[in-house]
Amino acid sequence: MTTLLATERIKLFTTRSPWWSIVAALGLTIGFAGLVALNHSEGRPLQVEHSQFGIQFGLVVVLVMAALAVTTEYRFSTIRATFQAVPNRSAVLVAKTAVVAVLAAVIGEIAAFGSWTVTRVIAGGPEMAIATGADVRMVAGVGLVYALAAVIAVAVGTLVRQSAGAISILLIWPLLVENLVQLIPGAGPHIHDWMPFVNAERFLNPPEFTTPPIGPWGSLAYLAGVAAALFAAAMVAVNRRDA
Amino acid sequence: MTLLAVERMKLFSTRSPWWCSLIALALTVGFGALMAGTANTETPLTVAATQFGYTFGLVVIMVMAALAITTEYRFGTIRATFLAVPNRGKALLAKTAVVAILAGVLGELAAFGSWGIGKLIKPASDLALNTPYEWRAVAGVGLVYAVAAVIAVAVGVLVRHSAGAIALLLVYVQLVENLVSLIPRIGNDIHRWMPFTMSAKFITGDPDVTLRNINEGPPLADAGLSPWPALLYFAGFAVVMMVIALAVANRRDA
Amino acid sequence: MRATIGRMIEASGLTKHYGRTVAVDNLSFTVSEGRVTGFLGPNGAGKSTTMRMILGLDRPTSGDVRIDGEHYRDLRQPLRTVGALLDAKWVHPNRSARAHLSWLATSNKLPGTAVDEVLDLVGLTSVARKNAGGFSLGMSQRLGIAAALLGDPKVLLFDEPVNGLDPEGILWIRRFMHRLAEEGRTVFVSSHLLSEMSQTAQDLVVIGRGKLIYQGTVGDFIAHATENSVLVRSPELGRLAEVLSAEGAKLSQDGDGLQVSGMDSAEVGELAAAARITLHELSNHAGSLEQAFIQLTGGTVEYQAATEEGPTA
Repeated sequence: MTTLLATERIKLFTTRSPWWSIVAALGLTIGFAGLVALNHSEGRPLQVEHSQFGIQFGLVVVLVMAALAVTTEYRFSTIRATFQAVPNRSAVLVAKTAVVAVLAAVIGEIAAFGSWTVTRVIAGGPEMAIATGADVRMVAGVGLVYALAAVIAVAVGTLVRQSAGAISILLIWPLLVENLVQLIPGAGPHIHDWMPFVNAERFLNPPEFTTPPIGPWGSLAYLAGVAAALFAAAMVAVNRRDA
Repeated sequence: MTLLAVERMKLFSTRSPWWCSLIALALTVGFGALMAGTANTETPLTVAATQFGYTFGLVVIMVMAALAITTEYRFGTIRATFLAVPNRGKALLAKTAVVAILAGVLGELAAFGSWGIGKLIKPASDLALNTPYEWRAVAGVGLVYAVAAVIAVAVGVLVRHSAGAIALLLVYVQLVENLVSLIPRIGNDIHRWMPFTMSAKFITGDPDVTLRNINEGPPLADAGLSPWPALLYFAGFAVVMMVIALAVANRRDA
Repeated sequence: MRATIGRMIEASGLTKHYGRTVAVDNLSFTVSEGRVTGFLGPNGAGKSTTMRMILGLDRPTSGDVRIDGEHYRDLRQPLRTVGALLDAKWVHPNRSARAHLSWLATSNKLPGTAVDEVLDLVGLTSVARKNAGGFSLGMSQRLGIAAALLGDPKVLLFDEPVNGLDPEGILWIRRFMHRLAEEGRTVFVSSHLLSEMSQTAQDLVVIGRGKLIYQGTVGDFIAHATENSVLVRSPELGRLAEVLSAEGAKLSQDGDGLQVSGMDSAEVGELAAAARITLHELSNHAGSLEQAFIQLTGGTVEYQAATEEGPTA
């Protein structure tokens, strides 16, 4: 497995896309935190959660990066070269997902702590201290969410095999579908409660917003469950299909 | 005219526009059906409520419009296009026109389809199109789709990569315009003048056609202009994007 | 006759359906160790599909193919056993040639020095840091060959390696194949050009429309498939036929004459004269290699049996 991890690491970092993603994700999230901090009014001191407003920017960049990590392999048929070198397709997919997820987690941690640091430097008061467990979760938890999002994106990319399609699905789903279902009279809010990215957001919310049904860590576990299910589907597909 | 015919043939001889059209209609009308089917006395079905799903169609149309140009770069057919029609501005405008017309037609189909299916499922609800607001909420969807398609083609020309163009468009429309309002003090003012806020204002705005409790409908577009000027503003943004795209396409090597 | 030589690639009953089209149809053949075997067939005959199945990329609908007795998917470090170049464009355009080879090497625990060696071998050292997307077809082909040689494998698969190359590139590939064969490697190389195969291969597997047409040596194939035939007409056709077949000629009725293969017109004339048989016509019908190939693959029936038994009158 270490060999495969090394292989996938080389593959990922010898193209431009992860570098772009790192720059875009960090630039957008930390930049947005800076914007928020620069414009805040003196009367209302910023809290830890205010430093994380831009975290969704990084999330969408991670989704795109992770999907591209696998769809470009199909696009350029390097997936065939990959399976030629390593016929154990499950192992390849596990290794690729692991590498992408680790990168996503690192991006998440840097983005979150970077945003927090920038906010603190520009407009930090005593409220900006990471004091409680919830504060830790809101900042350090970003990496976890990014990593799970990356797993979801790799799985969707593997299932769809096409950059345009995978990216459309991965962006339209969390940004639009999960919001619009709320509007369905009656059942809408309940469906909304069980949307994966809604749960991701709940995990990263301050305590007063981490509403039912399952609490922040339950939400994270739920997100992980969705990621695992999609990943399993991708595993089945990749082993069944012709490369 | 010939150019329009050429671009029409190009567009419809590949699969992606058909798929996107189908998906756009299915999602929008399907969501309309869902809204109608689940409506009850507390949250009655209104004209505006039949159109809550128009954003589905909007994003899919933008993906389709972007792909119409980026796939030309992807497969190198853009060179064949420019060889056949060396006047690049004309070629790209023809493509834009065809895509925008398709988007407009799909918008009308999606909007009246959603409205019709609402009437079908809940014949008792008041879905008559009486006021200008109600007409705008339904018939206006085609106009918004057409303008959005122009923006998407322009972005496609500028970016040239499917993945990049789609990511940029979707993230901008669905995320950037919303998140800016989180910036303290200035955020809301910026948000009020962003193009897709304007387009939403045209569909939903002034007065509130949703007639719904604030918790049961999408938040109203808080735009800086009234509906028709808002649409003009939106169209103006599309024109600016298109002009930039044409200038860049003319300067670049194909 | 070659029983002592190992069977390196062994396909049995290999079949692949794509929806309703049958790309490969009950194909069985063997590729012998240490020889260059040409895989010949017109475009669309199923050569690439067969190669993808050999490499475990496509799953056969039925049948089985093994390399050195094992399924490709069961090989632990396949690049050390099999090197393959199916398509030179299977490379990320924004990745450098060296990076492309590096990840391949890493995946099979090959030493980093292997990358430099193969780059040197194919003459790409000077452009190793350039992105593969900017390579010409010839350069891409060299990169593909470098990737195939990375694990110093004993079996090599090439799919249409000279397609689209300039004469210089073709010559280079041809020399390379010879060199690989001299090193004792098993080479399985496909082409739709018989002339190309006759220059590089020792053995041939010929397919048409997914079915096996011929398997054997290049020499035999050329002898069988391109036999010049001689048309003779004579009032004593029956006796002439006896005389000729006694000398080993293969005969077939052609109107009021005989098509004779297996001997040239001079031999036929001399045999007839010796037997005092009057001839009304004695003419040569030369078949070209390419014609024969088209004939063989165009009709696509089980030609193998026919060539071995010979057409009979």
